[in-house]
Amino acid sequence: MYDKTVRRRRAVLGLLVASSLILLTAYFGESTGGGLHAVQRGVLEVVAPIQEGASRALKPVRDLSGWVGDTVDAKGEVKQLRAERDALRDRAVAGTSAVRENSELKRLLALGERAGLADDSPVTARIIGQDPSVWWAQVTINKGTGDGVRQDHPVVGPSGLVGLVHEASPNSAVVTLLTDHTMAIPARVAESGVTGVVQVEAGRPNDLVLRFTTRNDEVDPGQIVVTAGTQSRKDRLQSFYPPNVPIGRVTRVDDPGTDDQRVHLRPFVNMRRLEFVQVLTRTRSAT
Amino acid sequence: MTVFTPQLAARLVALGVAMVILQVAAVSQIELFGTNADLSPLVVAAVGLLVGSVPGACFGFAAGLFLDLALVQTVGLSSLLYVAIGYWAGRVRELRDPQAALVPFAVGAAATAVATIGYSLMQFLLGVDAPVSFLLVREILATILLNALIAGVVHAVVRRWLMPALPEDPRRRRRRAYTTGGLSPLSRA
Repeated sequence: MYDKTVRRRRAVLGLLVASSLILLTAYFGESTGGGLHAVQRGVLEVVAPIQEGASRALKPVRDLSGWVGDTVDAKGEVKQLRAERDALRDRAVAGTSAVRENSELKRLLALGERAGLADDSPVTARIIGQDPSVWWAQVTINKGTGDGVRQDHPVVGPSGLVGLVHEASPNSAVVTLLTDHTMAIPARVAESGVTGVVQVEAGRPNDLVLRFTTRNDEVDPGQIVVTAGTQSRKDRLQSFYPPNVPIGRVTRVDDPGTDDQRVHLRPFVNMRRLEFVQVLTRTRSAT
Repeated sequence: MTVFTPQLAARLVALGVAMVILQVAAVSQIELFGTNADLSPLVVAAVGLLVGSVPGACFGFAAGLFLDLALVQTVGLSSLLYVAIGYWAGRVRELRDPQAALVPFAVGAAATAVATIGYSLMQFLLGVDAPVSFLLVREILATILLNALIAGVVHAVVRRWLMPALPEDPRRRRRRAYTTGGLSPLSRA
Protein backbone atom coordinates (compact mmCIF):
# COMPACT_ATOMS: atom_id res chain seq x y z
CA MET A 1 0.00 0.00 0.00
CA TYR A 2 2.78 2.38 0.97
CA ASP A 3 4.78 1.51 -2.13
CA LYS A 4 1.76 2.10 -4.26
CA THR A 5 1.20 5.49 -2.71
CA VAL A 6 4.82 6.43 -3.19
CA ARG A 7 4.83 5.21 -6.75
CA ARG A 8 1.66 7.08 -7.50
CA ARG A 9 3.03 10.25 -5.95
CA ARG A 10 6.24 10.01 -7.88
CA ALA A 11 4.38 9.23 -11.06
CA VAL A 12 2.24 12.31 -10.66
CA LEU A 13 5.31 14.40 -9.96
CA GLY A 14 7.15 12.98 -12.93
CA LEU A 15 4.14 13.55 -15.13
CA LEU A 16 3.83 17.15 -14.07
CA VAL A 17 7.52 17.85 -14.53
CA ALA A 18 7.51 16.15 -17.89
CA SER A 19 4.45 18.12 -18.91
CA SER A 20 6.15 21.33 -17.93
CA LEU A 21 9.27 20.47 -19.89
CA ILE A 22 7.23 19.43 -22.92
CA LEU A 23 5.30 22.68 -22.77
CA LEU A 24 8.52 24.62 -22.40
CA THR A 25 10.13 22.87 -25.34
CA ALA A 26 7.06 23.13 -27.49
CA TYR A 27 6.65 26.80 -26.73
CA PHE A 28 10.21 27.50 -27.71
CA GLY A 29 10.03 25.33 -30.75
CA GLU A 30 6.95 26.82 -32.33
CA SER A 31 6.51 30.09 -34.13
CA THR A 32 4.41 32.93 -32.81
CA GLY A 33 1.51 31.60 -34.79
CA GLY A 34 1.75 28.18 -33.13
CA GLY A 35 -0.82 26.44 -30.97
CA LEU A 36 0.52 27.41 -27.55
CA HIS A 37 0.85 31.02 -28.60
CA ALA A 38 -2.70 30.93 -29.88
CA VAL A 39 -3.88 29.49 -26.57
CA GLN A 40 -1.94 32.19 -24.77
CA ARG A 41 -3.65 34.86 -26.83
CA GLY A 42 -7.02 33.29 -26.18
CA VAL A 43 -6.42 33.17 -22.44
CA LEU A 44 -5.24 36.74 -22.56
CA GLU A 45 -8.42 37.81 -24.29
CA VAL A 46 -10.52 36.08 -21.68
CA VAL A 47 -8.48 37.22 -18.73
CA ALA A 48 -7.89 40.80 -19.88
CA PRO A 49 -11.41 42.09 -19.09
CA ILE A 50 -11.28 40.37 -15.72
CA GLN A 51 -7.91 41.91 -15.07
CA GLU A 52 -9.23 45.29 -16.10
CA GLY A 53 -12.20 44.98 -13.80
CA ALA A 54 -10.04 43.79 -10.96
CA SER A 55 -7.56 46.54 -11.65
CA ARG A 56 -10.31 49.15 -11.39
CA ALA A 57 -11.77 47.56 -8.32
CA LEU A 58 -8.40 47.38 -6.63
CA LYS A 59 -7.36 50.88 -7.64
CA PRO A 60 -8.19 52.32 -4.21
CA VAL A 61 -5.90 49.72 -2.65
CA ARG A 62 -3.09 50.69 -5.02
CA ASP A 63 -3.77 54.37 -4.46
CA LEU A 64 -3.68 53.88 -0.72
CA SER A 65 -0.44 51.99 -0.97
CA GLY A 66 0.94 54.60 -3.34
CA TRP A 67 -0.14 57.37 -1.03
CA VAL A 68 1.55 55.69 1.91
CA GLY A 69 4.67 55.10 -0.14
CA ASP A 70 4.68 58.65 -1.47
CA THR A 71 4.18 60.02 2.01
CA VAL A 72 7.06 57.97 3.36
CA ASP A 73 9.23 59.01 0.42
CA ALA A 74 8.19 62.63 0.81
CA LYS A 75 9.03 62.58 4.49
CA GLY A 76 12.40 61.18 3.62
CA GLU A 77 12.91 63.92 1.07
CA VAL A 78 11.84 66.72 3.37
CA LYS A 79 15.04 66.65 5.39
CA GLN A 80 17.23 66.58 2.32
CA LEU A 81 15.26 69.33 0.60
CA ARG A 82 15.34 71.49 3.71
CA ALA A 83 19.10 71.13 3.87
CA GLU A 84 19.35 72.03 0.19
CA ARG A 85 17.03 75.00 0.69
CA ASP A 86 19.09 76.25 3.61
CA ALA A 87 22.30 75.89 1.64
CA LEU A 88 20.81 77.70 -1.34
CA ARG A 89 19.41 80.41 0.88
CA ASP A 90 22.83 80.93 2.44
CA ARG A 91 24.37 81.16 -0.99
CA ALA A 92 21.68 83.53 -2.17
CA VAL A 93 22.15 85.74 0.87
CA ALA A 94 25.90 85.68 0.42
CA GLY A 95 25.51 86.45 -3.27
CA THR A 96 23.07 89.28 -2.68
CA SER A 97 25.28 90.69 0.02
CA ALA A 98 28.31 90.48 -2.25
CA VAL A 99 26.46 92.23 -5.05
CA ARG A 100 25.35 95.00 -2.74
CA GLU A 101 28.82 95.43 -1.30
CA ASN A 102 30.27 95.48 -4.78
CA SER A 103 27.79 98.11 -5.87
CA GLU A 104 28.49 100.23 -2.83
CA LEU A 105 32.23 100.01 -3.27
CA LYS A 106 31.86 101.02 -6.91
CA ARG A 107 29.79 104.00 -5.91
CA LEU A 108 32.40 104.91 -3.34
CA LEU A 109 35.10 104.83 -5.98
CA ALA A 110 32.93 106.79 -8.37
CA LEU A 111 32.33 109.48 -5.75
CA GLY A 112 36.03 109.67 -5.08
CA GLU A 113 36.70 110.21 -8.77
CA ARG A 114 33.92 112.75 -9.20
CA ALA A 115 34.84 114.80 -6.17
CA GLY A 116 38.56 114.51 -6.80
CA LEU A 117 39.14 112.78 -3.52
CA ALA A 118 41.88 110.52 -4.81
CA ASP A 119 44.46 113.02 -3.59
CA ASP A 120 43.05 112.81 -0.09
CA SER A 121 44.40 109.29 0.40
CA PRO A 122 41.05 107.66 0.99
CA VAL A 123 41.05 104.56 3.19
CA THR A 124 38.12 102.30 2.62
CA ALA A 125 36.62 100.94 5.82
CA ARG A 126 33.76 98.68 6.71
CA ILE A 127 31.12 99.67 9.21
CA ILE A 128 31.46 97.25 12.10
CA GLY A 129 29.23 98.92 14.63
CA GLN A 130 26.30 101.22 14.52
CA ASP A 131 24.69 103.43 17.05
CA PRO A 132 21.55 101.58 18.08
CA SER A 133 19.71 104.74 19.08
CA VAL A 134 17.37 106.60 16.79
CA TRP A 135 19.72 109.54 16.64
CA TRP A 136 22.02 107.97 14.10
CA ALA A 137 24.92 109.67 15.76
CA GLN A 138 27.90 107.39 15.45
CA VAL A 139 29.27 104.38 13.68
CA THR A 140 32.37 102.33 14.27
CA ILE A 141 34.66 101.41 11.39
CA ASN A 142 37.32 98.72 11.09
CA LYS A 143 40.20 101.03 10.28
CA GLY A 144 42.16 103.02 12.82
CA THR A 145 45.42 104.76 13.44
CA GLY A 146 47.27 101.73 12.07
CA ASP A 147 45.78 102.61 8.68
CA GLY A 148 46.42 106.29 8.94
CA VAL A 149 43.03 107.23 10.33
CA ARG A 150 43.15 110.12 12.80
CA GLN A 151 40.72 112.19 14.74
CA ASP A 152 38.85 114.81 12.66
CA HIS A 153 39.46 113.07 9.38
CA PRO A 154 36.42 113.48 7.12
CA VAL A 155 34.47 110.40 6.14
CA VAL A 156 32.52 109.97 2.91
CA GLY A 157 30.05 107.33 1.79
CA PRO A 158 28.91 106.15 -1.63
CA SER A 159 26.58 109.12 -2.05
CA GLY A 160 28.25 111.90 -0.15
CA LEU A 161 29.52 113.14 3.15
CA VAL A 162 29.09 110.85 6.12
CA GLY A 163 30.78 112.59 9.00
CA LEU A 164 34.00 113.03 10.91
CA VAL A 165 36.31 110.70 12.77
CA HIS A 166 35.63 111.31 16.42
CA GLU A 167 38.10 108.92 17.95
CA ALA A 168 40.63 106.55 16.51
CA SER A 169 42.25 103.50 18.03
CA PRO A 170 44.89 101.35 16.33
CA ASN A 171 42.37 99.08 14.61
CA SER A 172 39.11 100.94 14.63
CA ALA A 173 37.62 104.36 14.77
CA VAL A 174 34.40 106.02 15.80
CA VAL A 175 32.81 108.27 13.23
CA THR A 176 30.40 110.99 14.21
CA LEU A 177 27.75 111.19 11.53
CA LEU A 178 26.67 114.44 10.02
CA THR A 179 23.22 113.71 11.45
CA ASP A 180 24.61 114.19 14.95
CA HIS A 181 23.50 117.46 16.54
CA THR A 182 27.06 118.43 17.44
CA MET A 183 28.12 118.62 13.81
CA ALA A 184 28.49 121.89 11.91
CA ILE A 185 29.72 121.65 8.35
CA PRO A 186 30.65 124.61 6.16
CA ALA A 187 28.64 124.18 3.02
CA ARG A 188 27.45 125.90 -0.09
CA VAL A 189 24.72 125.45 -2.61
CA ALA A 190 26.34 123.96 -5.66
CA GLU A 191 24.22 125.87 -8.19
CA SER A 192 24.38 129.37 -6.67
CA GLY A 193 27.38 129.31 -4.41
CA VAL A 194 25.33 130.41 -1.39
CA THR A 195 27.28 129.50 1.70
CA GLY A 196 26.23 128.56 5.20
CA VAL A 197 26.66 125.95 7.87
CA VAL A 198 24.86 122.63 7.80
CA GLN A 199 23.54 121.40 11.09
CA VAL A 200 20.94 118.93 12.11
CA GLU A 201 17.56 119.69 13.58
CA ALA A 202 17.54 118.33 17.11
CA GLY A 203 15.38 115.25 17.20
CA ARG A 204 15.08 115.05 13.40
CA PRO A 205 18.25 113.34 12.26
CA ASN A 206 17.08 113.04 8.70
CA ASP A 207 16.48 116.74 8.31
CA LEU A 208 19.58 118.91 7.91
CA VAL A 209 19.42 122.67 7.96
CA LEU A 210 21.65 125.11 6.15
CA ARG A 211 21.97 128.12 8.41
CA PHE A 212 23.60 131.52 8.36
CA THR A 213 22.52 132.45 4.89
CA THR A 214 21.54 136.07 4.19
CA ARG A 215 18.26 137.49 2.98
CA ASN A 216 19.71 137.97 -0.48
CA ASP A 217 20.68 134.33 -0.81
CA GLU A 218 18.11 132.67 -2.96
CA VAL A 219 17.83 128.96 -2.50
CA ASP A 220 15.31 126.71 -4.19
CA PRO A 221 14.15 123.20 -3.39
CA GLY A 222 15.96 120.54 -5.42
CA GLN A 223 19.29 122.31 -5.33
CA ILE A 224 22.32 120.40 -4.14
CA VAL A 225 24.37 121.35 -1.14
CA VAL A 226 28.04 120.41 -1.03
CA THR A 227 30.88 120.99 1.37
CA ALA A 228 32.42 124.42 1.06
CA GLY A 229 35.97 123.51 2.01
CA THR A 230 38.19 125.99 3.74
CA GLN A 231 37.10 129.60 3.28
CA SER A 232 39.58 131.29 5.53
CA ARG A 233 43.24 131.89 4.94
CA LYS A 234 44.02 131.39 8.57
CA ASP A 235 45.30 127.93 9.42
CA ARG A 236 43.28 127.70 12.59
CA LEU A 237 40.07 128.21 10.66
CA GLN A 238 40.67 125.46 8.14
CA SER A 239 37.74 123.23 7.41
CA PHE A 240 38.03 119.55 8.12
CA TYR A 241 36.16 118.78 4.92
CA PRO A 242 37.41 118.98 1.35
CA PRO A 243 35.24 121.04 -0.99
CA ASN A 244 32.52 119.74 -3.29
CA VAL A 245 31.57 116.63 -1.37
CA PRO A 246 27.79 116.23 -1.74
CA ILE A 247 25.82 116.59 1.47
CA GLY A 248 22.17 116.66 0.49
CA ARG A 249 19.38 118.08 -1.59
CA VAL A 250 17.26 121.05 -0.58
CA THR A 251 13.73 120.00 0.32
CA ARG A 252 12.20 123.30 1.43
CA VAL A 253 13.07 126.79 2.61
CA ASP A 254 11.50 128.32 5.74
CA ASP A 255 11.10 132.09 5.91
CA PRO A 256 12.69 132.72 2.51
CA GLY A 257 14.09 136.19 1.82
CA THR A 258 14.77 136.92 5.51
CA ASP A 259 17.87 136.79 7.60
CA ASP A 260 16.32 133.87 9.45
CA GLN A 261 15.67 131.78 6.42
CA ARG A 262 16.30 128.12 7.05
CA VAL A 263 17.15 125.83 4.20
CA HIS A 264 16.14 122.26 4.85
CA LEU A 265 17.92 119.45 3.09
CA ARG A 266 17.81 115.73 3.06
CA PRO A 267 21.21 114.01 3.27
CA PHE A 268 22.24 111.94 0.30
CA VAL A 269 23.69 109.24 2.46
CA ASN A 270 21.31 106.85 4.15
CA MET A 271 23.06 106.48 7.47
CA ARG A 272 21.12 103.36 8.35
CA ARG A 273 22.32 101.45 5.35
CA LEU A 274 25.97 102.24 5.35
CA GLU A 275 28.32 99.32 4.87
CA PHE A 276 31.48 100.93 3.54
CA VAL A 277 32.91 104.39 3.92
CA GLN A 278 36.11 106.10 2.96
CA VAL A 279 38.18 108.05 5.43
CA LEU A 280 40.09 110.89 3.79
CA THR A 281 43.36 110.58 5.63
CA ARG A 282 45.23 113.48 4.08
CA THR A 283 44.34 116.87 5.48
CA ARG A 284 43.99 119.59 2.93
CA SER A 285 45.35 123.03 2.81
CA ALA A 286 43.13 125.91 1.88
CA THR A 287 41.46 125.78 -1.52
CA MET B 1 -2.79 11.71 2.16
CA THR B 2 -5.42 14.23 1.20
CA VAL B 3 -8.08 13.03 -1.19
CA PHE B 4 -9.17 15.30 -4.00
CA THR B 5 -12.84 16.11 -3.64
CA PRO B 6 -14.83 18.19 -6.08
CA GLN B 7 -15.25 20.84 -3.44
CA LEU B 8 -11.54 20.99 -2.80
CA ALA B 9 -10.79 21.11 -6.52
CA ALA B 10 -13.27 23.95 -7.00
CA ARG B 11 -11.80 25.89 -4.17
CA LEU B 12 -8.28 25.35 -5.49
CA VAL B 13 -9.31 26.55 -8.96
CA ALA B 14 -10.95 29.64 -7.50
CA LEU B 15 -7.91 30.24 -5.35
CA GLY B 16 -5.56 29.95 -8.32
CA VAL B 17 -7.59 32.33 -10.48
CA ALA B 18 -7.97 34.85 -7.66
CA MET B 19 -4.26 34.60 -6.93
CA VAL B 20 -3.28 35.38 -10.51
CA ILE B 21 -5.80 38.19 -10.90
CA LEU B 22 -4.85 39.74 -7.57
CA GLN B 23 -1.17 39.41 -8.34
CA VAL B 24 -1.45 40.97 -11.78
CA ALA B 25 -4.01 43.65 -11.00
CA ALA B 26 -2.85 44.89 -7.63
CA VAL B 27 0.05 43.29 -5.83
CA SER B 28 2.54 43.65 -8.66
CA GLN B 29 1.78 47.38 -8.78
CA ILE B 30 2.34 47.98 -5.09
CA GLU B 31 5.95 48.73 -4.33
CA LEU B 32 7.37 48.03 -0.90
CA PHE B 33 11.05 48.29 0.01
CA GLY B 34 11.80 48.94 -3.63
CA THR B 35 10.25 45.70 -4.85
CA ASN B 36 6.92 43.92 -5.25
CA ALA B 37 5.53 41.01 -3.32
CA ASP B 38 4.98 37.77 -5.26
CA LEU B 39 1.91 35.97 -4.03
CA SER B 40 2.23 32.94 -6.31
CA PRO B 41 4.98 30.98 -4.53
CA LEU B 42 3.41 31.81 -1.16
CA VAL B 43 -0.01 30.52 -2.18
CA VAL B 44 1.43 27.41 -3.81
CA ALA B 45 3.55 26.68 -0.74
CA ALA B 46 0.58 27.27 1.56
CA VAL B 47 -1.56 24.87 -0.48
CA GLY B 48 1.22 22.28 -0.36
CA LEU B 49 1.55 22.71 3.40
CA LEU B 50 -2.18 22.37 3.94
CA VAL B 51 -3.17 19.80 1.37
CA GLY B 52 -0.13 17.64 0.70
CA SER B 53 2.49 16.97 -1.94
CA VAL B 54 0.45 15.64 -4.86
CA PRO B 55 -2.35 18.20 -4.66
CA GLY B 56 0.29 20.83 -4.00
CA ALA B 57 2.24 19.83 -7.09
CA CYS B 58 -0.93 19.72 -9.21
CA PHE B 59 -1.99 23.13 -7.95
CA GLY B 60 1.48 24.47 -8.61
CA PHE B 61 1.43 23.16 -12.15
CA ALA B 62 -2.00 24.59 -12.90
CA ALA B 63 -1.32 27.91 -11.25
CA GLY B 64 2.02 28.25 -13.03
CA LEU B 65 0.45 27.40 -16.38
CA PHE B 66 -2.32 29.92 -15.87
CA LEU B 67 0.18 32.53 -14.83
CA ASP B 68 2.34 31.93 -17.89
CA LEU B 69 -0.65 32.08 -20.18
CA ALA B 70 -2.17 35.16 -18.57
CA LEU B 71 1.09 37.07 -18.45
CA VAL B 72 2.22 35.89 -21.89
CA GLN B 73 5.40 34.41 -20.48
CA THR B 74 7.31 31.36 -21.53
CA VAL B 75 4.73 28.60 -21.10
CA GLY B 76 5.91 25.81 -18.81
CA LEU B 77 8.50 27.80 -16.93
CA SER B 78 6.43 28.82 -13.93
CA SER B 79 4.69 25.45 -14.01
CA LEU B 80 7.97 23.65 -13.55
CA LEU B 81 9.02 25.83 -10.64
CA TYR B 82 5.66 25.79 -8.89
CA VAL B 83 5.41 22.02 -9.25
CA ALA B 84 8.65 21.80 -7.32
CA ILE B 85 7.45 24.28 -4.70
CA GLY B 86 4.04 22.67 -4.18
CA TYR B 87 5.50 19.21 -4.01
CA TRP B 88 8.29 20.19 -1.63
CA ALA B 89 5.91 22.06 0.70
CA GLY B 90 3.59 19.08 0.71
CA ARG B 91 6.44 16.76 1.56
CA VAL B 92 7.42 19.02 4.45
CA ARG B 93 3.95 18.60 5.82
CA GLU B 94 3.87 14.85 5.21
CA LEU B 95 7.30 14.09 6.60
CA ARG B 96 7.72 16.64 9.39
CA ASP B 97 4.20 17.79 10.20
CA PRO B 98 5.66 21.01 11.64
CA GLN B 99 3.64 22.73 14.34
CA ALA B 100 5.70 25.87 14.93
CA ALA B 101 4.03 29.17 14.18
CA LEU B 102 7.03 30.31 12.17
CA VAL B 103 6.78 27.43 9.69
CA PRO B 104 4.63 29.36 7.17
CA PHE B 105 7.17 32.19 7.22
CA ALA B 106 10.14 29.88 6.69
CA VAL B 107 8.40 27.85 4.01
CA GLY B 108 7.20 31.03 2.31
CA ALA B 109 10.72 32.48 2.26
CA ALA B 110 12.16 29.25 0.92
CA ALA B 111 9.44 28.96 -1.73
CA THR B 112 10.09 32.54 -2.83
CA ALA B 113 13.80 31.87 -2.99
CA VAL B 114 13.22 28.83 -5.19
CA ALA B 115 10.81 30.76 -7.41
CA THR B 116 12.91 33.88 -7.88
CA ILE B 117 16.33 32.26 -8.14
CA GLY B 118 14.97 29.37 -10.20
CA TYR B 119 13.19 31.73 -12.56
CA SER B 120 16.35 33.78 -13.03
CA LEU B 121 18.44 30.67 -13.63
CA MET B 122 15.93 29.36 -16.14
CA GLN B 123 15.90 32.66 -17.95
CA PHE B 124 19.67 32.58 -18.20
CA LEU B 125 19.54 28.98 -19.41
CA LEU B 126 16.97 29.95 -22.01
CA GLY B 127 19.31 32.57 -23.38
CA VAL B 128 18.07 35.84 -21.91
CA ASP B 129 20.99 38.14 -22.44
CA ALA B 130 21.16 39.94 -19.10
CA PRO B 131 24.08 40.36 -16.74
CA VAL B 132 23.89 39.10 -13.16
CA SER B 133 23.90 42.52 -11.65
CA PHE B 134 23.89 43.67 -8.07
CA LEU B 135 20.48 45.13 -8.78
CA LEU B 136 19.10 41.69 -9.67
CA VAL B 137 20.54 40.12 -6.54
CA ARG B 138 19.18 42.93 -4.40
CA GLU B 139 15.77 42.58 -6.03
CA ILE B 140 15.71 38.87 -5.34
CA LEU B 141 16.74 39.31 -1.72
CA ALA B 142 14.20 42.09 -1.19
CA THR B 143 11.43 39.97 -2.67
CA ILE B 144 12.36 37.02 -0.45
CA LEU B 145 12.36 39.27 2.61
CA LEU B 146 9.07 40.91 1.74
CA ASN B 147 7.40 37.59 0.96
CA ALA B 148 8.68 36.13 4.21
CA LEU B 149 7.00 38.98 6.05
CA ILE B 150 3.60 38.45 4.45
CA ALA B 151 3.80 34.66 4.28
CA GLY B 152 1.95 34.24 7.56
CA VAL B 153 -1.00 36.31 6.37
CA VAL B 154 -1.15 34.53 3.03
CA HIS B 155 -1.00 31.16 4.74
CA ALA B 156 -3.79 32.12 7.12
CA VAL B 157 -6.02 33.31 4.27
CA VAL B 158 -5.39 30.17 2.21
CA ARG B 159 -6.05 27.95 5.20
CA ARG B 160 -9.27 29.76 5.96
CA TRP B 161 -10.39 29.38 2.35
CA LEU B 162 -9.54 25.71 2.07
CA MET B 163 -10.53 24.56 5.55
CA PRO B 164 -14.15 23.76 4.76
CA ALA B 165 -13.03 21.52 1.92
CA LEU B 166 -10.29 19.76 3.77
CA PRO B 167 -11.26 16.27 4.87
CA GLU B 168 -9.23 16.63 7.97
CA ASP B 169 -9.04 19.89 9.82
CA PRO B 170 -5.37 20.65 10.41
CA ARG B 171 -6.17 22.34 13.69
CA ARG B 172 -8.05 19.30 14.94
CA ARG B 173 -5.25 17.11 13.75
CA ARG B 174 -2.76 19.22 15.60
CA ARG B 175 -4.85 19.34 18.72
CA ARG B 176 -5.19 15.58 18.63
CA ALA B 177 -1.49 15.14 18.08
CA TYR B 178 -0.83 17.37 21.05
CA THR B 179 -3.27 15.73 23.46
CA THR B 180 -3.06 12.08 22.55
CA GLY B 181 -0.06 11.79 20.34
CA GLY B 182 -2.41 10.92 17.48
CA LEU B 183 -2.77 7.37 18.60
CA SER B 184 -6.29 7.24 20.00
CA PRO B 185 -9.02 6.32 17.54
CA LEU B 186 -11.53 7.87 19.94
CA SER B 187 -10.24 11.33 19.23
CA ARG B 188 -11.80 11.20 15.77
CA ALA B 189 -15.24 11.25 17.29
